Amino acid sequence: MKVIKLITGFCIFCSSAFAQDDGNLMNQLENNSNKTVYTTATFKSTRIIHGHSVENIGKGVLDVRILHRFAPLNTGIYNFFGLDQASMRMGFDYGITKNIMVGIGHSTWQKTYDALIKVKILRQSTGAINMPVTLSWVSTFATRTDLARRDTSGDRIKISFGDRTSFAHQLLIGRKFSERFSLQLMPTFVHHHNKQDSINTYTQDKDNIKAGLKRKNTVALGIGGRLKISKRVSINAEYYYQLPDAKPDIYFNSLAVGVDIETGGHVFQLHLTNSNGMTEKSFITDTDDKWTRGYIRFGFNLSRVFNIGKH
Amino acid sequence: MKKIIILVLILCSVYVNCTAQVFFTKNGMISFFSSAPIENIKADNNQVISIINTTTGEIQFSLLINAFHFKKSLMEEHFNENYMESKKYPKATFKGKIVDLSKVNFKTDGTYPVTVAGDLTIHGITNKITSTGTISVTGGVISVSSKFRVKLSDYKIDIPKIVKDNIAKVVEVTVSCSYDKKNN
Repeated sequence: MKVIKLITGFCIFCSSAFAQDDGNLMNQLENNSNKTVYTTATFKSTRIIHGHSVENIGKGVLDVRILHRFAPLNTGIYNFFGLDQASMRMGFDYGITKNIMVGIGHSTWQKTYDALIKVKILRQSTGAINMPVTLSWVSTFATRTDLARRDTSGDRIKISFGDRTSFAHQLLIGRKFSERFSLQLMPTFVHHHNKQDSINTYTQDKDNIKAGLKRKNTVALGIGGRLKISKRVSINAEYYYQLPDAKPDIYFNSLAVGVDIETGGHVFQLHLTNSNGMTEKSFITDTDDKWTRGYIRFGFNLSRVFNIGKH
Repeated sequence: MKKIIILVLILCSVYVNCTAQVFFTKNGMISFFSSAPIENIKADNNQVISIINTTTGEIQFSLLINAFHFKKSLMEEHFNENYMESKKYPKATFKGKIVDLSKVNFKTDGTYPVTVAGDLTIHGITNKITSTGTISVTGGVISVSSKFRVKLSDYKIDIPKIVKDNIAKVVEVTVSCSYDKKNN
């Protein structure tokens, strides 16, 4: 009796396994090809607002970036709410591979030259490889060349290259939680070589205070995120908290909120911020006003990509 | 009793051999081409899954949208993010039948023009389509090729005005698959 049952069972198995309809076969084929699906477009741009996002530009892609930060809105109608005074950074980023990008730039503020390298270490993925976050490393170098400074008695101060130069290193940990929402944490280390700290170029009285300041290292933690409100528009926010022990009272934490608008090869990033600088060292450690005092600046980043490399 | 079991097994396998004439591929190729005033765009997908049943004439295709590869990486990102919404609609499928199956002799080498009709699903929208193509048999290997046009608006793929000169309203899809016999 058992044997008959077995045979019947086997027959049923045979007919269902072999004489399966094409739909089942299709499913089988699809399920067998269990591939790793990498998350793309955690952010629209390589920058959240001021700082880097986990995104890299593609291999052989040149990203031309024109950044502006205007004077604070509370400078009033005479200053056209800040728009009369613009601070600019022009930058060129290039993708060496899909995981390594380098860039150079120049900012009007403190006549700074900067360079960067960003390396993607892990990619968020599902499927065969399951990875909850994207991990990137970015190091930036900045050196200021505004040498024509005078001390309180009016004499020129000559500062050596080493003293004008600073480095910032960041680990970027980003996760795309859903199609709309992405979040990123940025533990940051800034090394200031300049013994005399930066001078804010437009407030004379602060110069004197800052001239006596000495800072060597700053540790900060950044948090940034984006919320997509349509296919091509997202709202972004970014905040950098500096650990208080290395932060002089005259500096504040950088907070920015903005909108990304993407059209084809362009990304427009419009934002409000209390930071003037556009290099990591500048906006993370040299933000010299705060939102609550009304020192809010309008700014924008323009990005245009060109495919120049071979594939 | 053993004999019976063996007999059943043989019967089963015979049954299988005469009914399921199914051929399949996991690395078929489907590409599309968009020709617009400003630029031409081409993308290839060489991980297409397809099966063809030579007895019933049923033919099916399935592919993952994010397996289409472009020359420009940003284009690939926009294709997935903005146009195809590949997270929401990861697959495109076709389920259809060879209308004039009798014209094809799968046992004899040759090239046979055929017409295929069925349901094409892209971006979550299903439309009935009919297309011509060829089936060629060379030394027992079956290959299928076809070229047809897909109107983007039929599948609710929106093209914003700002890029209307970059992306064609109708794209040309090229199919090229060669099949292995399904071993039971």
